[in-house]
Amino acid sequence: MKASQTPLLAVRDLRTRFHTLEGIVNAVDGVDFDIHPGETVGLVGESGCGKTVTALSILQLLRCPPAEIQGRILFRGQNLLELDAEEIRKIRGQAISMIFQEPMTSLNPVLTIGDQISEGARVHKGLTRQKAWRWAVEMLRRVQIPEPEARVREYPHKLSGGMRQRAMIAMALSCNPQLILADEPTTALDVTIQAQIMDLMLRLKKEVETAVVLITHDLGIIAEMASRVVVMYAGKVMEEAPVKELFKDPRHPYTRGLLGSIPVIGRKAQTGRRLQEIPGVVPSLLRMPQGCRFHPRCPETIDICREQEPSMVSLGEYRRVNCWLEVGKRGKEAPAPGQRGME
Amino acid sequence: MTETTRKAAPGKNHVKGIDSPLRRSWVKLKRNKAALVGGSMILIYAACALLAPVLFSGSPSAPNLGKSLEPPSLDQLLGTDELGRSILGRIIYGSQISLLIAVGVVFFGLIVGVPLGLVSGYYGGKIDFSIQRVTDMLLAFPGFLLALALVAILGVGLKNTVISIGISMVPIYIRLVRGCVLSVREEVYVEAARASGTRDGVILFRHILPNVMVPITVQTSLGMGTAILFAAGLGFLGIGVQPPTPEWGAMLGSARVYIFNAPHAATFPGIAIFLAVLSFNLLGDGLRDALDPRFKL
Repeated sequence: MKASQTPLLAVRDLRTRFHTLEGIVNAVDGVDFDIHPGETVGLVGESGCGKTVTALSILQLLRCPPAEIQGRILFRGQNLLELDAEEIRKIRGQAISMIFQEPMTSLNPVLTIGDQISEGARVHKGLTRQKAWRWAVEMLRRVQIPEPEARVREYPHKLSGGMRQRAMIAMALSCNPQLILADEPTTALDVTIQAQIMDLMLRLKKEVETAVVLITHDLGIIAEMASRVVVMYAGKVMEEAPVKELFKDPRHPYTRGLLGSIPVIGRKAQTGRRLQEIPGVVPSLLRMPQGCRFHPRCPETIDICREQEPSMVSLGEYRRVNCWLEVGKRGKEAPAPGQRGME
Repeated sequence: MTETTRKAAPGKNHVKGIDSPLRRSWVKLKRNKAALVGGSMILIYAACALLAPVLFSGSPSAPNLGKSLEPPSLDQLLGTDELGRSILGRIIYGSQISLLIAVGVVFFGLIVGVPLGLVSGYYGGKIDFSIQRVTDMLLAFPGFLLALALVAILGVGLKNTVISIGISMVPIYIRLVRGCVLSVREEVYVEAARASGTRDGVILFRHILPNVMVPITVQTSLGMGTAILFAAGLGFLGIGVQPPTPEWGAMLGSARVYIFNAPHAATFPGIAIFLAVLSFNLLGDGLRDALDPRFKL
C-alpha cells in the first residue's frame, strides 16, 4: 500500500451539492482520498457529515437534480463522472458494490433471497436462471447462512437482521467486485451479531481480495477493520491517518473529540472524569460558519480559525490534517491531499 | 429466527404456508362474509357466461312476437320482453357481454395505465409532468361523460364501448400507480437494486411493480364494477352494444317504455346490473382489507 502504486479509486475534489428550496446544500465539499486494491479505508464522522453522500456520489445513485456532483472520481484511472448511464450501470454491482445500513429495508419484501442474490450474476455475468440460482446458494453458503438450499427460496421477512445483512453481503460479493462501499453495515444490528458480521467481512475480504470503504461512526469497528482512516466533518476531510497513528496521535481537535467520546468502562472510577463530549451540534449545511467549519465547537480555537478556512497540511504519506494549529506548527502549507505527487 | 438457529434441525423452521403473505390474505378474505358473497356471485355470473348455451337452449335474440311481454311463469321464469324473447336467456347471455366488457376495460386500463404510472412515478421530472397533465385533462371530465364523448367519436359497438370506457379508466390507474411508486421508489431496496447495476426496466417491473400490486388488484375489482355500470349506461342510451345482442343496459332501455304494464321486463336486467356491480364492489372492499398487512382481522 504505497503511494507509488496507482490507486484503485482516487476521489479528487469531490463536491456534491443539493439544490433545495432553502438554498444550495454543500453536502460534500471538496473531498479527496485514495483507495488501493485490497485495502480497507474507514470513513468516519458524525451523522450528516457527508459520508453516505460520498459513497452514493461514487456510484452516482443520487437523483440529479436536485443533486449535482462535481470533481473527479477515478476508478482504475477512469473518471466515473464522465461515464454515461449505461456505462456506470455496468460498473455498479460488478466492479463496485454497496452494502446498505438497514438490512431490514434493503431487501425487497416481494422477492426471494435467491432472486435478489442471483440478479447480479444474471445481469453482469450473463448466467442463466438456473446457474445464477446455484450461484446464489453458493454465495449464501459463503456468508455462512445455514441451510442455504432452503433459505434461498425464502422471503426476507423470515430472516433475522443478522441473516439479512449476511444476505446483503452475499449480494454485494456475488460478482467479485474490486471495491465495496459498506455504509454502516453493522449499525442496525445488535452487538453480538455485529461482531459476527465483522468477522465474516474480514474473512471474505481476504478471500476475494476486494477493497472496502467502511463508512461508520463506530471507531471500535474502524480500529478492528481499517488500515487507514479518513475523518470527515461537515462535508470536508479533517484528518487522514493510518489507523494506529490516528488512535495514538490524533492531530485534529475534532478527531481528539471523537476518540475522547468513546466510553471506557470503569474510566470514571479510575480517573474521576466523565465521558467527554464534543459540545454543540454539526452546523447546518446551509449556514456554514465562516473560517474553519469546526471552530464553533473546537476547544482549541485561535483567532485565525474564525476568519479563514485552514488548508490541508501533509504530515507524511497518507497523514494529513486540516487545521490551523498544524499550519502554525509547520509554518508552511502543503498541497492537499498528502499524496498529490503521484498523479 | 436468530443466528443461533444455525444448529436447528433442517426444516424445523419452515412451517409450510402459514407465513406466506398470500395465504394469510386468503385466510383473512375467507373470514370476510361480504367479500365471500361478492366473490361467489361473480363466480355464478362467470359460470352463466361460460355455460350460457347449456343453461339456455335456443337463441336469446330470436323474436317470438306471439309471446311478447309475458309476465314470469313456470314456462318463462323471468317472463319475456317486447319481442317475446326470454328475459332469463337474455340475462344469461348478457352476462357474457358484461363480463367481457368488464375484463376488456380493466385490461385496457391496466395495459395503458400501469406502465405510464410506473414511468411517471419512477422518473419524475419532465416525463412525469407531461403524463400528469394529460391525466389531469382526462380526469377533468366526469368518467361517464368522457366515455360518452369517446363513443361519439369512435362510434357504437362492443369494441368501441370497451375502448371508450377503458380510456376513461386509464387516468385512474396512472394516478394510483404513480402515487404508490413515489413511495416505493424511495425504499432502500430500490436503491440497492440500482447499486447492483440492475436495469431500469427490471427495477420497474420486477422490484417496484410487485410492491404496488395490492392497490392495483383492489382497483381492478372495483373497476370491473364501474365498467359494467358504464357499459349498461351506454347500452341504456342506445349507444353501447347494439341490438339484437343481449346487453343488460340495452334491455333496460328498451323495457323502459313498458314499465307500467310490464314492470318485470325492466326490473330483472336492473337487478342483474345491480348485483354484478355490488358483488365486484364487495369483493374489492374485501380484497383491500385482506391484502393490507396492517389490517388484522
